[in-house]
Amino acid sequence: MITFIIALLNPAFADPPQGPNLGQPATTEEITHWDIGVMPDGEGLPEGKGTAKEGKAIYEKHCVACHGPEGTGGTADPLAGAKMALTSDYPEQTIGTYWPYATTIFDMTRRSMPIIAPGTLTNDEVYAVTAYLLYLNNIIGENDEMNAETLPKVQMPNRDGFINVYEQENKKK
Amino acid sequence: MKNDVEIPYSSILQPVAGNGLLDRRLFLKTGLTFSVVTLAASAIPKVFATNANDQAVDSASPPWMHEPGAPFSIYGTPSKYEDDVVRFPAANRDVGGNGVSWTPLHKLEGIITPGGLHFERHHNGVPQIDPAQHKLLIHGLVRNPSFFSIEDLLRYPMQSRICFVECGGNSNAGWNKSPSKSEAGYFHGLVSCSEWTGVPLVTVLNEVGVTAKAKWLITEGADAFAMNISIPIEKAMQDGMLALYQNGERIRPENGYPLRLILPGWEGVLNVKWLRRLKATDKPIMARNETSRYTELQPDGKARMFTFVMEAKSLITSPSANMFLKQPGLYQITGLAWSGRGKIKKVEISADGGKSWAEAELQEPVLSQSFTRFRIPWQWNGKHAILKSRATDETGYVQPERDKLIAERGRHGFFHYNAIVTWQVDEQGVVNHIYDDKDITESTDDISIDAGWD
Repeated sequence: MITFIIALLNPAFADPPQGPNLGQPATTEEITHWDIGVMPDGEGLPEGKGTAKEGKAIYEKHCVACHGPEGTGGTADPLAGAKMALTSDYPEQTIGTYWPYATTIFDMTRRSMPIIAPGTLTNDEVYAVTAYLLYLNNIIGENDEMNAETLPKVQMPNRDGFINVYEQENKKK
Repeated sequence: MKNDVEIPYSSILQPVAGNGLLDRRLFLKTGLTFSVVTLAASAIPKVFATNANDQAVDSASPPWMHEPGAPFSIYGTPSKYEDDVVRFPAANRDVGGNGVSWTPLHKLEGIITPGGLHFERHHNGVPQIDPAQHKLLIHGLVRNPSFFSIEDLLRYPMQSRICFVECGGNSNAGWNKSPSKSEAGYFHGLVSCSEWTGVPLVTVLNEVGVTAKAKWLITEGADAFAMNISIPIEKAMQDGMLALYQNGERIRPENGYPLRLILPGWEGVLNVKWLRRLKATDKPIMARNETSRYTELQPDGKARMFTFVMEAKSLITSPSANMFLKQPGLYQITGLAWSGRGKIKKVEISADGGKSWAEAELQEPVLSQSFTRFRIPWQWNGKHAILKSRATDETGYVQPERDKLIAERGRHGFFHYNAIVTWQVDEQGVVNHIYDDKDITESTDDISIDAGWD
């Protein structure tokens, strides 16, 4: 609806420059190959599975150098082990205290990590290391299996900790 | 050049605000001499100025008038005497490509940032992309999912616009309890301004036929981070650009070659570099960089999310931190102002720590969501002075004082710091960054900004 209101108000959109229409059609197979994104509802999650128990070894091989043992004390973002609340003078923003969606861990780990060889973990390994990070934050058990069904259902402690400023401003308009 | 503005000297030499601020029209008058602004950075050694091999030459007949000059070059570079006009990088010590480099705003003039000095924020280095192997995929809630090659996009109708790109984390040392001692650009220079040229995103989105259900575009870069983030389709349609050129030349690798998204006035992270994919969806993906990072924790424990617009901000770039005023006399105070919401309406300057203010001259062009250069003459009397600039944009938004911003947001938001910047000039002419609000405390427990970048 917002889009259509803008369409009426914005002359650039009402009369945009005409393009030569050079796009090449993308097939479903090509799109699947390209689209590595995972949505909060689980859309885009691949087949595969893993548990924290399996993920520990993967974490210690690929992640510990930057993120520290058990997700804390490294040079990169702390992922676990928060002791101070978000309202304290020294808030600790970890997966357990801050991240609103469990699917984000999978999405980022698969696309961006490990930093020296991104995109090289198998889907099972990504599920396992995701499970390990959730386990380190006391969100799931050590033997809970993470897969395309279970991961989107994980309730993150800070799920309701965010204010959508963009939506608020649009309502004011 | 003769200027016809009728202003009696007696009136323009009268201060218009406390501590020596003069009428902004002063520099329009002809024939008025003023002492040159002689400022030298103390923090970075000026190699050539102190080079022992330098010998005094007869300026009336210097050696370079008596020998042929250098031959032509295929791509020009700055004078070797300007080798301290450089970006200042700071990266994760384990991951060299994860960090930032600041633009030396304090060394630059005008409103356009040279391509090689545009600030950088990379999450895992600068990819060296072969444009012949790069494609943009647009899919999701569209009728005709399509690939576009760079060659294709170069055939599309293009538009140019001058706008700034500012990292959401720019100036974040301002949240710290003790004032940053860095030069102005190495504190506030995660912002740059360029002329961007490219294809209006709406042209291409109309071709692929975005459906009515689509509310968001999930964007993705072709770097080693595969940086992804969601943008409202409304903004994409309004003024989004598939940018191919920056300041007349193809975008440089560190700024997104061969293709980057430009969303004027919005957080730098949304202006995705090395753009390779746009997926139209009905909801955001909730990527790491719109949840865990680029959100702002407030004192009540809630965090602001999707804070896309960069609010109005200004900064005196000269004189500024670590510069030195050689002697009392007439100086030009100059700096930059910008707002993600539109044009800068006015910039006020104070030389007495905010007790009185005078309006600076805004140099044309004054463009929406662009750097705007401001200038005002100042008679420095050799005494202690406190300089501030305060921007107001066309929406009426006024750049806040630091204590007001912190009272509202706390100090753990990390992003979107846009408070008034305060420079103190001491009686020796040394310029320092200070806080003059109630928050002045020397503290050792500051937030580490180095650790803040991932």
